[in-house]
Amino acid sequence: MAKLTMVKALNLALHQEMERDDDVLVLGEDVGVDGGVFRVTEGLRDKYGAERVMDTPLAESSIIGTAVGMAVYGLKPVCEIQFSGFSYLAFQQLESHAARMRWRSRGAYHVPLVLRTPYGAGVRALEHHSESREAYYAHTPGLKMVIPSGPRSARALLLSAIRDPDPVVFYEPKAIYRAFREEVPEEEETLPLGKAEVVREGSDLTLISYGAMLRPTLEAADVLQQEDGVQSEVIDLRTIAPLDYETFAASARKTGRVVIVNEAPRSFGPAAEITARLVEKAFWHLEAPVRRVTGYDVIVPFFAYEKTYLPDTGRIVHAARETLSVKS
Amino acid sequence: MPRETIELSHQIERLSILDEGGNLDKSLEPEMDDALLLRLHRTMLLGREFDERMLKLQRQGRLGTFAPIKGQEASQLGAVATLRASDWLVPAFRETAAQLWRGQSMESVLLAYGGFYQGNQVPEGVNALPVAIPVATQILHGAGIAYAIKLRGKDDVAMTFFGDGATSEGDFYEALNFAGVFQVPAVFVCQNNQWAISIPRAHQTAAKTLAQKALAAGIPGIQVDGNDVLAVYVAAREAVERARAGDGPTLIENVTYRLSVHTTADDPSVYRDEEEVAKWEKREPIPRFQKYLIDKGLLSEEDIASLEDEIKVEIREAVERAEKQMEELSSEALTMFDHIYAEMPPYLREQRDELARELEEKEAANG
Repeated sequence: MAKLTMVKALNLALHQEMERDDDVLVLGEDVGVDGGVFRVTEGLRDKYGAERVMDTPLAESSIIGTAVGMAVYGLKPVCEIQFSGFSYLAFQQLESHAARMRWRSRGAYHVPLVLRTPYGAGVRALEHHSESREAYYAHTPGLKMVIPSGPRSARALLLSAIRDPDPVVFYEPKAIYRAFREEVPEEEETLPLGKAEVVREGSDLTLISYGAMLRPTLEAADVLQQEDGVQSEVIDLRTIAPLDYETFAASARKTGRVVIVNEAPRSFGPAAEITARLVEKAFWHLEAPVRRVTGYDVIVPFFAYEKTYLPDTGRIVHAARETLSVKS
Repeated sequence: MPRETIELSHQIERLSILDEGGNLDKSLEPEMDDALLLRLHRTMLLGREFDERMLKLQRQGRLGTFAPIKGQEASQLGAVATLRASDWLVPAFRETAAQLWRGQSMESVLLAYGGFYQGNQVPEGVNALPVAIPVATQILHGAGIAYAIKLRGKDDVAMTFFGDGATSEGDFYEALNFAGVFQVPAVFVCQNNQWAISIPRAHQTAAKTLAQKALAAGIPGIQVDGNDVLAVYVAAREAVERARAGDGPTLIENVTYRLSVHTTADDPSVYRDEEEVAKWEKREPIPRFQKYLIDKGLLSEEDIASLEDEIKVEIREAVERAEKQMEELSSEALTMFDHIYAEMPPYLREQRDELARELEEKEAANG
């Protein structure tokens, strides 16, 4: 098994799926000759040709809008929006058409497109290059919202997203594009959408996270074990919508204490929805108020302060200790 | 370096074959089968009559909001008449006659405007998208379908409709631009009906024509008398043939007029003069075409009268069937949970069950 970065793992998924399925095509800005500004689509154009690996004009609405048409016709377009901060021009196409075509046509047409886009802070980028706006998409009925947390899950989830018959927004945590490697099997591997994963078992506390925040969350679990003797159960959501609340509700019923970690702004974000689900599904088992460790409800600052903005291991440990200190 | 002039080779043609009185420019008369001419005429009448019937139904509270097509029958039918079954129609929301031409039933249109999404289901084997409401957004779908057609090596065509207001939207330009870059088999039909609700054509753009917007995308554009069904047919046929031959997209501007309201929720007396409407009524498409057909010996006044009677019966029967369906479907509210995803996620099943219980309780209380 090769040890791959997330960029290489995503690239492997695209190569394998384009090889396997003629209906799959890749389109976006600089995805062809250049291989993508992060190199996720490297080598695809040489192998599968310019017709299936399209360097499009610089127009986000056009990328998603034409992909809706292609998908209705029977293709499986995998669109790259260069940064999630530029995806809003395509929002109309997602909300008004991609998400609704199956419903509007009463099942006559469906839109199996994937919108891949790098999101999140931590790479010392310019304005508009650091946001975490998954809630916009997760809030839209008809869309799926997937966020991998490492190379192996990125590859497996991208394959599933491409094969899924419904439109999927696939957020790639660019802060960990190359931050670490994982064993990624050469042979095909998929992961079900809409299914969270317990990545570490424990009985004292539940930590719920996803995407780039999973690593600091796991580190926090280590610290809590080493310094406090606390056994944390860590859940990687993987899919934000449709949300798998059974997995984390079951964990909360077991541990009674929950800390949710997400990079997005706190208000109306995924952690808010998770909290609501916990109230509905596990209220009588909770021994302490649910805590949220999130981005603040501010614009992501320029990079001089972005590390201060982002949730980190220390902040998660602190919140966990407060949660654990509540007497049941 | 000095200033230089860049020569642009493009020019915008304007095409008109039947004048306002229905007199033919013989040199431009297209070769068309009699059967096609008569089918066009019949569908124009049907479109008009159906529109008027729907307006009455709406005023009686039996239908919701819809966008009448009155005056634009030639502009849409002349264009779709050039398509074959394997081609694609991508409508906006003022193409009812074109949808009927492509095989959608009157009942389905009535259902949709009667508040039942079931009416949106495009019949099996009909290559047409359902109505698209957000202005200009569907133009990109047409471009995308055309790209897929080309990728699959087919010689089909995707024809997309939109209004003059849509040409101010980014998606309009993005679609033309994409279609030009990839030379896809797309035909973009702008029904320039002079008004985008209350905003006149002159306030959408300072450009002399809408057709010239093709030039910026590097594709051919033509302006057509949109109330002249022969001219629309000829321009569309040229565009469709070009697309089929692999020679890329075309923008057609059909200059027409919205003789009725924007939608049934609109009152045009606030923003436009009756004089202007009266002027355009003289140019309206149906009498012009009828004169041509009569001159050609294909149609008589008696034929028209009996055709109108026949159509009225057809429409009445469709309305009856649609209203019966609406009654049957009125208790099918749980279908709102269908077709959100291919597979219903657990939380949607929960919500559907929640509503089902509520409806049962209501029924028990009423029963």
